Amino acid sequence: MHRGIARLVLVLVAFAAAGLVGLSPAQAEGQSITAFVSGAEKAPIPGVTVNVTDADGFTGSGQTDAEGLATIEVPSPGKYTATIDVATLPLGVEVKGGPERSINVLQGDKKVLFPLVPVGEGGDSGSGGGIFSSITVDRVLQLILDGIILSLIIALGALGLSLIFGTTGLSNFAHGELLTLGAFTVLVLNTTLGLNLLIAAPIGIVISAALWGWGQNQILWKPLRKRGTGLIAAMIVSIGLAIALRYTILFLFGGSPESYAQFAGQPGIDLGPVFITPKAIYLSIIAIIFLVATVAWLKGSRLGKATRAVSDNPALASASGVNVERVISVVWVLGALLAAYGGVFLGMTQNVVWTMGQFLLLTLFAAVVLGGLGTTSGAIVGSFVVGITVQLSTLIVPTELKTAAALLLMIVLLLIRPQGLLGRAERVG
Amino acid sequence: MDMGFVLTQAISQAIGVTAIIYLLATMGLNIQFGYAGLLNFGQIAFVAIGSYAIGVFIIQWQGSVFVPNLWVAILYAILLSVLLALILGVPTLRLRADYLAIVTIAAGEIIRLIFKSTDSLGGAQGINGKMGEEFYAINPFPEQDRFDFGPLSYTRNDAWVVTVGWIVIALLLLLTWALMRSPWGRVLKGIREDEDAVRSLGKSTYFFKMQALILGGIFGTLGGIFWAIAKQSVQPDSFVPAFTFFCYTILILGGAARVMGPVIGAIIFWFLLVFVEQFLLLLISNGTITFLEPTQVGPIRFILVGLGLMLLIIFRPQGILGDKKEIALDAK
Repeated sequence: MHRGIARLVLVLVAFAAAGLVGLSPAQAEGQSITAFVSGAEKAPIPGVTVNVTDADGFTGSGQTDAEGLATIEVPSPGKYTATIDVATLPLGVEVKGGPERSINVLQGDKKVLFPLVPVGEGGDSGSGGGIFSSITVDRVLQLILDGIILSLIIALGALGLSLIFGTTGLSNFAHGELLTLGAFTVLVLNTTLGLNLLIAAPIGIVISAALWGWGQNQILWKPLRKRGTGLIAAMIVSIGLAIALRYTILFLFGGSPESYAQFAGQPGIDLGPVFITPKAIYLSIIAIIFLVATVAWLKGSRLGKATRAVSDNPALASASGVNVERVISVVWVLGALLAAYGGVFLGMTQNVVWTMGQFLLLTLFAAVVLGGLGTTSGAIVGSFVVGITVQLSTLIVPTELKTAAALLLMIVLLLIRPQGLLGRAERVG
Repeated sequence: MDMGFVLTQAISQAIGVTAIIYLLATMGLNIQFGYAGLLNFGQIAFVAIGSYAIGVFIIQWQGSVFVPNLWVAILYAILLSVLLALILGVPTLRLRADYLAIVTIAAGEIIRLIFKSTDSLGGAQGINGKMGEEFYAINPFPEQDRFDFGPLSYTRNDAWVVTVGWIVIALLLLLTWALMRSPWGRVLKGIREDEDAVRSLGKSTYFFKMQALILGGIFGTLGGIFWAIAKQSVQPDSFVPAFTFFCYTILILGGAARVMGPVIGAIIFWFLLVFVEQFLLLLISNGTITFLEPTQVGPIRFILVGLGLMLLIIFRPQGILGDKKEIALDAK
């Protein structure tokens, strides 16, 4: 366990040092296996013993730390078997897919996941039955709560995506990267510069809004609009941008998931039928404030009304004296700000990793399309439909398929109501 | 490792198995996006169907009476591809371009997630095993270890795979060329330029778009079949949306709506990608570059792909061979 912490500290120090010269460290020398034992919502489970063996008689073992991680050094690349000591698991849970994993270690650190599920929910590999029998009121309530938290994160991204689409017509495939960039900006302030997360997060979010929102629009999108670039061309540009940004983050920070220095591995509190971490409560409240403030601003303020006017008809808005470019700048800043907070939210409740935004992107689109492309309140309603559907779908489909449930919902809705839940009925084809 | 090795690697990859797979998928996209203006972002779904049809029919359901051999499995793969195109096309081909893009990319992800989470379809481990023994059995190359073509060297199996691959591509190029100068092809191009005008001439644009989707999908499926046979392995996480985006990069680089566009694009794309990778690895290994780690070379390649796609679309959307007037980049 101490070895795990020491290793983590080492990695963080190396990270900080490397971050200063703008480079990421190489993979650690030698080979090791890192087991990650997690409960619901990827909450880390400490104190679980993991044993590693191979055919040549090597044995090693480790105990998971507060991050749910246990790292076991292995002598050489090759095939190993990692087994969870089931006696050390918390009561009432078992390892999804069985407690044993075969691992092929090639080089560096190989990560193995041991997701824990309540007993009877697929602990034995391949058990298809018993899925329906496990639907309990507690579990449904927990999933709805998890769904609401996920919905808030989705809404933070979807609102900006919808606003940018509304005002500029751009289907921004690089919007997921706005979340990733926000989360990593805060990570650099937090772990490299050593600021406490409570200070780093607001500063990082403001920097993100300025740099990745306002800056991106100024450097890329504004000149493109001036050139008269078509909407599909702009969409493909955003795909290229997403790929370039995502791999730049991988290049600079490496591929392994990171955590913020504070509030990681916070124990959950028991609220009767459901569990929730205190940080998730605070993060959710702030998210709701952000969302309500944005909607109120759009409905009430002069600039907000101008934004809606531009969404409705840019030419008419421009003719009526609205400074369209200024409105678009504001929308980019707002979109990047909301997305950066969404990224921090996601990073604090799960991990900060280079693919975090990419995995959420299609869910964001599903939310926006469900609500009706370009409508503000629709994006939020769509986010909640998608977020709760995603979590509740795990009652009947395997966890890996939960994103597919949201995407399927979107396709079905497009068939029967192409304008979205709250969109105006108009021909879209 | 020296400059000769770097160049040899780059050339052999530029005409190798991976380039062939991407090229087949891109030729399909060329029909859909290049000629018909359909923004299919889910081409990977068709590739996945091809690969998985081979993997599941040959390995998972070995000895089933319905699948006596590889050739029947290939036939099924193509039928499944047509089915997928119908399922995708019926709801989406009436939608606006950006909706079509989002729905097709979502469909691709749904298919990947279903394969990944269903154990009888391979699950997260994918499918590994001897796929296409009948194909390798008719290999006419004499029994010897390696075949050298100038500086390039192939194993007996690879030489057969690459030869058949390019023959298939040549035939499909011929087909594309013939179709696109036929009345059918002119209707497709008409739909891309002005769908309402074509509709006013009494053509059912919906059916033409569906036919383009099916044909392009079959090309992608052939790429997938090839993938399974050449690599003897089908992994769910190979079939990510990024594949389709790479195909778009190849298509736009070579020139959309040109028969030879995808060929030029794929060869240059893979040559550059492998050249950059091997050249950087060379510089790192001989100590010229000390600020990079070998593990960072992979990301650099993809950063260049992303930037390349952006710059191409902004400054030269017609690519090498295309005509700017023929690129469907304005939403209708």
